[in-house]
Amino acid sequence: MYRTALRNVLAHKGRLLMTALAVMLGTAFVAGTMVYSDTFGKALRDSNSKSYSDIAVQVVDRAAGSGASARQKSEAGSATLTDATVQQLAALPGAAGARGVVSGFTGVADRKGDLIGQFWAAKGANFAPGQDGKDPRYPMVEGQGPKNAKEIALDRRTADKAGYKVGDTVRVAANGPVVEAKLTGVFTTDDPVVNTGGTLTLFDKATAQQTLLEPGRYSSVVLTAKPGTSEDALLAQAQPKVPSGNQFDVETGAKLQADEQADISQSTGSMRTMLLVFAFIALFVGVFIIANTFTMLVAQRTKELALMRAIGASRKQVTRSVLVEALLIGAVSAVAGLLAGVGIGAGMQSLVGALNENMPSSALVVKPLTVLVTVAVGVLVTVLSALLPALRAARIAPVAAMSSGDQPASQKSLVVRNTIGSVFTAGGLALIGYGASTGNDSGRLPVGAGAFLALIGVFVLLPLLSRPVVALIGPLLRGLGGTPGKLAQQNAVRNPRRTAATAAALTIGLTLVSGLTVIGASVNDTIDRAVTSSMKADYIVSAANHMSLSEQVPAQIAKAPGVAASSPLIAAYWDLNGTTKSITGLNPDTFDQLAEVKLTSGSGAALGKGQLLVDQDVAKKFGVTTGSTMTVKYPDESTGQLTVGGVYETGGMLGPVLVAGGEVAKHEPKPYIADVLVKGKDGATAALKQSLKDATGANPVIEVKSKQEVRDGFSQVITFALNVMYGLLGMAVLIAILGVVNTLAMSVFERKREIGMLRAIGLDRRGIKRMVRLESVVISLFGAGIGLLLGCFIAWAVNGTLKSSLAGLTTVLPYGQLAVFLALAGVVGLVAAIWPARRAARLDILSSIKTD
Amino acid sequence: MTTSTAAAVRTGRAAARATGLNKVYGEGETRVVALDNVSVTFPQGEFTAIMGPSGSGKSTLMHCMAGLDTISSGSTTIGDTELVGLRDKQLTQLRRDHIGFIFQAFNLLPTLTALENITLPMDIAGRKADKAWLDRVVDTVGLSGRLSHRPSQLSGGQQQRVACARALAGKPDIIFADEPTGNLDSRSGAEILSFLRNSVRELGQTVVMVTHDPVAASYADRVVFLADGRIVDELHTPTADTVLDRMRRFDAKGRTS
Repeated sequence: MYRTALRNVLAHKGRLLMTALAVMLGTAFVAGTMVYSDTFGKALRDSNSKSYSDIAVQVVDRAAGSGASARQKSEAGSATLTDATVQQLAALPGAAGARGVVSGFTGVADRKGDLIGQFWAAKGANFAPGQDGKDPRYPMVEGQGPKNAKEIALDRRTADKAGYKVGDTVRVAANGPVVEAKLTGVFTTDDPVVNTGGTLTLFDKATAQQTLLEPGRYSSVVLTAKPGTSEDALLAQAQPKVPSGNQFDVETGAKLQADEQADISQSTGSMRTMLLVFAFIALFVGVFIIANTFTMLVAQRTKELALMRAIGASRKQVTRSVLVEALLIGAVSAVAGLLAGVGIGAGMQSLVGALNENMPSSALVVKPLTVLVTVAVGVLVTVLSALLPALRAARIAPVAAMSSGDQPASQKSLVVRNTIGSVFTAGGLALIGYGASTGNDSGRLPVGAGAFLALIGVFVLLPLLSRPVVALIGPLLRGLGGTPGKLAQQNAVRNPRRTAATAAALTIGLTLVSGLTVIGASVNDTIDRAVTSSMKADYIVSAANHMSLSEQVPAQIAKAPGVAASSPLIAAYWDLNGTTKSITGLNPDTFDQLAEVKLTSGSGAALGKGQLLVDQDVAKKFGVTTGSTMTVKYPDESTGQLTVGGVYETGGMLGPVLVAGGEVAKHEPKPYIADVLVKGKDGATAALKQSLKDATGANPVIEVKSKQEVRDGFSQVITFALNVMYGLLGMAVLIAILGVVNTLAMSVFERKREIGMLRAIGLDRRGIKRMVRLESVVISLFGAGIGLLLGCFIAWAVNGTLKSSLAGLTTVLPYGQLAVFLALAGVVGLVAAIWPARRAARLDILSSIKTD
Repeated sequence: MTTSTAAAVRTGRAAARATGLNKVYGEGETRVVALDNVSVTFPQGEFTAIMGPSGSGKSTLMHCMAGLDTISSGSTTIGDTELVGLRDKQLTQLRRDHIGFIFQAFNLLPTLTALENITLPMDIAGRKADKAWLDRVVDTVGLSGRLSHRPSQLSGGQQQRVACARALAGKPDIIFADEPTGNLDSRSGAEILSFLRNSVRELGQTVVMVTHDPVAASYADRVVFLADGRIVDELHTPTADTVLDRMRRFDAKGRTS
């Protein structure tokens, strides 16, 4: 039996090729994911292994610096890390030294005035020279460290990137105005920020404190231990000396190192999980192709298998022989997939390296687990997919060996199939509908489960659906393809199960692709409306690092030429009637010119009287209307009463509660200025933009964006996320294409005689090709169309569950894009048909029509 | 109709003609001569049977003359068209418009109805069927009530009648039938054969049939005998007995040599 299995595999090499390729691609995706995430994790760990090596104990003030959020600042106590703290810690019996560290955001401008690198990896710190004038953390490769407010040092990569040399004047900006300083030194460091491609600017201590924090204050203190003192012992000594307050974290270097390694493992772990999800989608698509192949192989070999049964093979042996075949293919393909996966891992590393030259790299890591999982997955998927066809093979009656001709497909089990499919689909759709109606995230589970059920149900129903749906495009085919078109249409519905299994692979891909697209388009549209509907401003000025703008910026902008009106948007958190709410403070005098909110009651003028404006949701939640008073607890712990001066529909980007900026400033010395809205005298002009840039000191950290640019910014993020997912789903679609190729090739093989006859009675090669191609297009469009509908429906349901997190979310169908997907599916059909169509056209007429 | 057919036979206009036809397979050691300098004419309005023992080259002769196979040397024509030198596309069009085919296995498209199968060659050509002719053909083969049936709903004899109707529907210059009764029981076979004979006598068609069955050959106007790739004899107005006698001589010769 095993020998026959092996012989069969070898004899049907060509026909098994597509199956093997499908398994190989799926397993390669799995192996590639595992290899890449292991390698990337190792590279990150290696590159960061030194970053805490000189730290025994670290004390961090989480409330220090502009990096702290408005909330952290509001909640922090008043204690800080000062020179006194550093001296106290340095005097500890186990401490060899203590170093006060100042750090915070610092952007460096390139020669054109734009920010170098990404805002989230732009750091500034203090240069802390020892007796010899050198700082061991930042060894200078050129020049020397900064000594006064007019000097800075840059890490080598940043300096090289911008082409700055020692002695050049460099513009840097922290949270305040731009500073022009002389570059006195270029250094190397193993600081993690620099290691991962960020920029690091060094100031002398006083300047660092002045610019990044406040004079005399440190963001952290780093202790080194005397020989013989363990980190834990030093930690115990240090703890009592740390000022009290929950904003301080005291940790040993070992703990910090371990935390960071754990962080890396966790982030590479979640990346791996995400990629594996897509790998398993690809494998799931492969299941349909494998099952289809074996079903067709068994059908083609009915006589042969019946002969085996007739001469005494048991049912079990027949099943086993088919499964052994599957095992062989699975094993060979999985090993090939493993090798390809290692290649993918290497390719990913160099691709990511090419996109971001500072990404650390490492030798490829191929763990035994990777090998085991890949091979096991490949073999299991193949064998399990072949199980049903194998069982069906065993049911072939020995007498079938004697009967001639093709066996008609039994129609009876389609009834059972359709019943099961209908129940699943109906149940799934009901669950999705229920989930969507909840309107919040509690609906996610029903929607998820419903989507899964509906997907399975639709797959089961696909054979039933194939006839009417294909009949729908029939006239089009006849118009386009004439008689070959008509033949193609009939061939496509000839074996509904086969057509369905082939189309299902594409259905999965298109369901996911169109679902994601619709969700993306809907979210994009909602954000778009939020941005545009609530604001009349021409420009929005904000900090690239998403931190507070410095306090002088609103005044600078108000005075800039060409500005008709402007208002800061101040973010704060207040306690309203006992619940913390996000508050937006703005200028009541320019409110009407800049903001556009639909008031259902009250008036915007109420802001000028120090009253609140709240949106409908807040009004409903707190049960307040115009004229009600609310108890406010301010960040400075004082309390007061404020009157609600009006209720508006929705504030979009403005937020749920509006108040005059002065009200916020009364209770916070340094309010958090998120944006400044600007209305120009002549609208949004390039001149106004330049004028705003100039007014704010051509600061690389300050962004001036038009409404359109803000919208583009959001849509770019969504488009990028979608593109990544399209890319990852590409593998599943590729496998689905293999499935179409496979089915067509098998069909051409089975219909050899028909094709020979058609050629004999006068259908030319082009006609034969057209027939195969159109059949392929029909199957592809069928699968894609069903997927598209299902995807849109699921997206609608998912949007329903997102409503609570994104107010005003409505489902938007991007018809153009969906049409493009459908067209692409047609193209996929054409491409998949290239090889089978050519084979069909090249069939030799005489050998095809020969009867055995 | 009958008179004009008789005239065509008298004038001896050829529906198909082979001259010095050679067909060689393989080279060197494996060289096999399938057809050896065969010259034969199939006049219009005649029903010709080609007979011969297995391997005599009778099917090859038919395939070559019908443009399904290429020839090694010589010449073969359908009507006035020389087949040698035609490209695949031209051959395909020639088959479509001027030749009808009937095969041993019924070779119908299972997805099409009987009527759609019959009009298939014309549909491929994008031509409208001649309604009166089509009705007559369908009537003659006796399929009127079953035109909307699919092949799987028809018996073997009925399927072969559909195939015959398909071959006739386009009014081809010549119909080639390859063992048309090979898969049928004797009664269905007889129906098909009389139908082919009627189509020659009454509809003025030209039929060339390859067979190994003397009874089938007896329906023809003339029998051409092939042996070892050569035409060795021919018989006019044959009967099953005369054909059988002639065939026995091949057997005897085969046994003695």
